[in-house]
Amino acid sequence: MKTIYKAIIPIVIIAIVVTSVFAYQYLSTEQAITLNGAGATFPFPLIDKWAAEYHKIKPNVQVNYQGIGSGGGIQQHTEKTVYFAASDAPLTEAQAANATNTLHIPITIGGVVPIYNLPGIPKGLKFTGEILADIYLGKIIVWNDARLTAINPDINLPNQAIVVVRRSDGSGTTFIWTSYLSNVSPEWKNNVGRGTSVNWPTGLGGKGNDGVAALVQQTPYSIGYVEFTYAKKNNLTYGHVQNAAGEFIEPSIGSFAKAAEYAAVTLPRGDASWSKVSIVDSLANNTQAHGAYPITSFSYILVYKELNVLPNMNEAAAKALVDFLWWAVHEGQNYAADLYYVPLPSSVVAHNEETIRLIKFNGQQIRK
Amino acid sequence: MKISQKISPFIRNLNIKSVSYLKNHFKGDDIFKLVSALFASSIFLLLGLMVYELVKGSWLSIQTFGLNFIVGTTWDPAISRIFGVLPLILGTLVTSAITLLIGVPISLGVGLALSEYAPKKFGVTVSFLVELLAAVPSVIYGLWGIFVLIPFLRDHVYPYLKAVFGFIPIFSGPIYGGGVLTGGIVLAIMIIPTVSAVMRDLFSAVPNSQREAMIALGATKWETVKTVISYARSGVIGAVILGLGRAVGETMAITMVIGNRFQVWPSSLFDAWYTMAAIIANELLEATYDLYISALINVGLVLLFVTLIINILARLIVWRALRLTMGIARE
Repeated sequence: MKTIYKAIIPIVIIAIVVTSVFAYQYLSTEQAITLNGAGATFPFPLIDKWAAEYHKIKPNVQVNYQGIGSGGGIQQHTEKTVYFAASDAPLTEAQAANATNTLHIPITIGGVVPIYNLPGIPKGLKFTGEILADIYLGKIIVWNDARLTAINPDINLPNQAIVVVRRSDGSGTTFIWTSYLSNVSPEWKNNVGRGTSVNWPTGLGGKGNDGVAALVQQTPYSIGYVEFTYAKKNNLTYGHVQNAAGEFIEPSIGSFAKAAEYAAVTLPRGDASWSKVSIVDSLANNTQAHGAYPITSFSYILVYKELNVLPNMNEAAAKALVDFLWWAVHEGQNYAADLYYVPLPSSVVAHNEETIRLIKFNGQQIRK
Repeated sequence: MKISQKISPFIRNLNIKSVSYLKNHFKGDDIFKLVSALFASSIFLLLGLMVYELVKGSWLSIQTFGLNFIVGTTWDPAISRIFGVLPLILGTLVTSAITLLIGVPISLGVGLALSEYAPKKFGVTVSFLVELLAAVPSVIYGLWGIFVLIPFLRDHVYPYLKAVFGFIPIFSGPIYGGGVLTGGIVLAIMIIPTVSAVMRDLFSAVPNSQREAMIALGATKWETVKTVISYARSGVIGAVILGLGRAVGETMAITMVIGNRFQVWPSSLFDAWYTMAAIIANELLEATYDLYISALINVGLVLLFVTLIINILARLIVWRALRLTMGIARE
């Protein structure tokens, strides 16, 4: 008998410990609210930072964001399996029809920059849109092409073939890049077009920002494009790009914010169609947009206007979600610059305030 | 007595006594037979479900493109929205062939060395390391490919290949580092651990009587080894099929080194290309409209059928090889 007791005692102890852990969790997190979100990978580090900081202020609110890609985020938003989604592009008309009453909230701004690997040549090489388009069309094939040397007279460009590197995976970065190339080159617009991935005329494909960066760093005389945050964090060599005003603009938090300010003037109401919103497009012909970097884009959070449509939503969660969004577009912006994201200009914040006020639960406006 | 006949009285007598009934009338063998039959049939169920889901998902694409999907050479998600996968099929087959050309002889050598030549202690150590290599995730091979292998090949190997064999078209053209040949080399390195481990086991399983008989007849070591290979031939082909399966389906490592260029035929072995598994992994996450997603799932369906055809062909080869040996034995 004694041996049986000996065996039972540890089992009883384990049972007590396990039960009390679960009981503690159950009791202490009774009021806990988890805000589930999914979508673009670009704002992931920022939203993740927000989640951690917001949890310090509101310990009962847990923001759980998964960076599964814009396409996946929009799909989960349409299927109403997440409280909020994030996307690098606004919903298209067709997508919006499947997810009626979706609000668009720009939460941060990103820029796409040309990076290159030219031994001995520092950052700041100048590019025009036409030149970038012709490089990616395979029409400019050497670095010392007359058009490149004409705008970079001080730099001794080598007589070497250009190795073009681009994304192989579908991405919002590619969408912004190809939107820009479509605007500056009719040939690009007609033959290649804009999209999360396109029928590339030339080049090597790298997977992800890191894949493109690795290929460019490993391949002498190559050119590629990555998100600015990525170029900055990894100390990549990036170039300046000419805007419609004719200035060669250095990519920077300041020049992206400038671009967003020019675009903010024309933003539609939060619950209207945003399918046409594009900083790249709005700057394409704006010859007055001084100091604005042309390959700039908003990143959006998507939420439903009537939160009742979500199956698991209750009033407390709805309020927590709206409070979090309000915090994200205000205090949350203070965390942007450290991570090389662009804080929203005040005009966009004001616009977002109007949009967040539109959110309702059971017909009641949540944030007044 | 059949199992079904035994089950029905078992259900009728479902009471406490049935336990003893079970013991007396329902033998362990039968239970084991039933359970393993169930597990075996689950393979059919899984494959059936997979085909069903793939066909369902790709139905839109099948309706839109039909057979043009397989013979088409355009992949344009942005403007014309036309999808065709012939370049991907070719890319997959050619890289897999290069993989086998490089990987199989090396695996054969490793397997033979470990089972026939190496001292026992050394053999055990190397076998352990080989099995360890088989457990390395493919993304690690991919990263190693980008940061170590590509610069090495680009600077120290490919220029010489081009200088010596440049008159052959497949060794001409610009050198990027990544590309078809690099993809084949990385895949070969990935399949070598698995294939050589299987081969070592196969050769170790060849009865010693075979070797003793050969030596008794005055055969040299090399002639003995040839007999060992011949004895294990069908298993060796099985091991090659196993490696081929991994090469055809490999996604992460190949997409990191092959260059991901959609074109019907590369200009040389140094040029970039694309494979079916790679394009699915690359584009599915951000596929933005239904036809696009459907086309990518359709690629998965085509990949499944290509794998099936390769497997059937390989089986036929095995079957032929076996029939040939039997024929020789009769003579």
